Amino acid sequence: MNVHEYQAKALLARFGVETPRGTKVDTVEGALAAAQSLGLPVIVKAQIHAGGRGKGGGVKLAKTEDEVKTIAGAILGMTLVTAQTGPEGKLVRKLLIEEGLNIKDELYVSFLIDRAIGRTICIASAAGGMEIEKVAEETPEKILRVEIDPAIGMRPYQARQLAFGLGLEGDVLKKAVHFLTMLYSAFRGLDASQVEINPCLVTQEGDVLALDAKLNLDDAALFRHKDLLELRDTDEESPLEVEASKFGLNYIKLDGNVGCMVNGAGLAMATMDIIKLAGGAPANFLDVGGGASAEQIKNAFRLLISDDQVKAVLINIFGGILRVDRLAEGVIAAVKELDVKIPIVIRAEGTNVELGKKMLAESGLNFVTADSMQEAADKVVAQLGGAA
Amino acid sequence: MSVLIDKSTRLVVQGITGREGQFHTKGALDYGTEVVAGVTPGKAGQKVEGVPVFNTVADAVKETGANASVIFVPPPFAADAILEAVDADLELVVCITEGVPTLDMVDVMRVVEGSKTRLVGPNCPGLISPGKAKIGIMPGHIHKEGPVGVVSRSGTLTYEAVYQLTKRDIGQSTCIGIGGDPVIGTTFVDALELFQADAETEAIIMIGEIGGTAEETAAEYIKAHVTKPVVSFIAGQTAPPGRRMGHAGAIVMGGKGTAADKMATLEAMGVTVVKSPADMGQRMKDILSS
Repeated sequence: MNVHEYQAKALLARFGVETPRGTKVDTVEGALAAAQSLGLPVIVKAQIHAGGRGKGGGVKLAKTEDEVKTIAGAILGMTLVTAQTGPEGKLVRKLLIEEGLNIKDELYVSFLIDRAIGRTICIASAAGGMEIEKVAEETPEKILRVEIDPAIGMRPYQARQLAFGLGLEGDVLKKAVHFLTMLYSAFRGLDASQVEINPCLVTQEGDVLALDAKLNLDDAALFRHKDLLELRDTDEESPLEVEASKFGLNYIKLDGNVGCMVNGAGLAMATMDIIKLAGGAPANFLDVGGGASAEQIKNAFRLLISDDQVKAVLINIFGGILRVDRLAEGVIAAVKELDVKIPIVIRAEGTNVELGKKMLAESGLNFVTADSMQEAADKVVAQLGGAA
Repeated sequence: MSVLIDKSTRLVVQGITGREGQFHTKGALDYGTEVVAGVTPGKAGQKVEGVPVFNTVADAVKETGANASVIFVPPPFAADAILEAVDADLELVVCITEGVPTLDMVDVMRVVEGSKTRLVGPNCPGLISPGKAKIGIMPGHIHKEGPVGVVSRSGTLTYEAVYQLTKRDIGQSTCIGIGGDPVIGTTFVDALELFQADAETEAIIMIGEIGGTAEETAAEYIKAHVTKPVVSFIAGQTAPPGRRMGHAGAIVMGGKGTAADKMATLEAMGVTVVKSPADMGQRMKDILSS
């Protein structure tokens, strides 16, 4: 789960991570009041779930009350396009108004899990404020890294190694060590999959703070963080994906016109791939899971065809646990109830496959069946009038 | 021959009294797996499908001589179940559970490293040595005994590969689902090492997907150590970046972990990469008959 910058900072602050003073607002009046209480100048920051906001014009310095009003008015309600939002951009509904600080240095700090070694690592760099991927590619020597043993946590010497490596000294070094230690405890305490502070600010007064904060939480761990569930902002997600999550379905909207319904994530990706190879374009990723009920299949089907870009459907089910007769029952019910007119190609293997096929054939509905993935992909593309 | 499991496997099912545990215990027994014990805390003395239930893994091992475990307990308790099995010195622990918190797995792997236990999973279908034993949730009947080792990050896509092989009358030595999570026990490299050393395995199918660098690492290993032919498919060629495609580990981040990169690396290291998932079986057949 992603959270907004203002939410991330509030969570990190709970663990003792220093952040600038700031207030979340959703109106121009609110922005002005926040600026008055913080004192000028302030930074006006668009709150959307995407990075690159500064370059897109979503982060601006306001030195006077008039500027606060003008800038807040301009950013609120704008569709912000950044490198990460895609060309359609994202509507800005909230702002973070933050105190202006005297910048001395901008650093980069993040904690994440290195999959190759199964450990949490800390990455730090003196080249803050830039895209870390770019820094890693162009100047790999500027990237510092430590691996953390989960049994003993991040040790002070590791934090010192990083802080010295960043060129810090004296009081600032001590503050940076504290900052890193607190940030690791937040990473663990929140069950984050990544926390990225870019930039991590060193002020002229010698303070170390999180000027920006990106926090991804591990969905699988949310069961022990019920309070964090409230931070989900469904405005930031595609409406169909929000709907899918209500039914426990794994759905991701794509740009094509062939709706796919598959059991298992790997097979679902492979099905998208083979549609593309056959000359079509997948409209979505949809994994109905292993033990889907007829009801679940019906929900999945309803969701799939509520995307009006979908002109044909490909159902690919390899039943291990899932029974093909149950699938057939769900699909038949859904097609009848929703009065579906678009072509549906079904490829199913597994438990009770003969019974399932018989049910489809005798349903009186116009299903196209296929015996292999290849045949299914070819047939669905043919239904759309051949390769796009 | 086969790897990891065979007729000598004596299985304990952790979470045997749950719905999934019961269902798949029956499936394993039907397939001929020696299921010797079950564990559910507080339910010792009960029987499930004729299999005795114990309170702890230690008790189960002591009473039945179990040497492998399969875990069907819910995500909040899965890490603890793995640790209990490791503590009982089981040689093989297979965690089927999907949705184990990643940091739980980071902690678990710290304990697994340096222990006697090989962990497979979590979030995996398990493994099967056709005709000998199955530990997991795959449909046994699509498999056939034979010379191809299969290793995969996905469940149903593995069934698809196996189905394509069996339809062409090509059997499998062992099929290992290593799971779709970011932090897992047995890796591609571990499985490749086992298949390379196994006399019965003549060729290998390796099914990868977007996210992480496990396929790239495997490619290096294959070039250096694997003499048997390897056919590979990578799922997610059409997946958008930055989105988690069902599996917790299937995500392209910061431009890293794309299918195109993995396919190119594997090809460069001498692996036969098929673009279409429909070609896995036929390409293997071509290789075996050449």
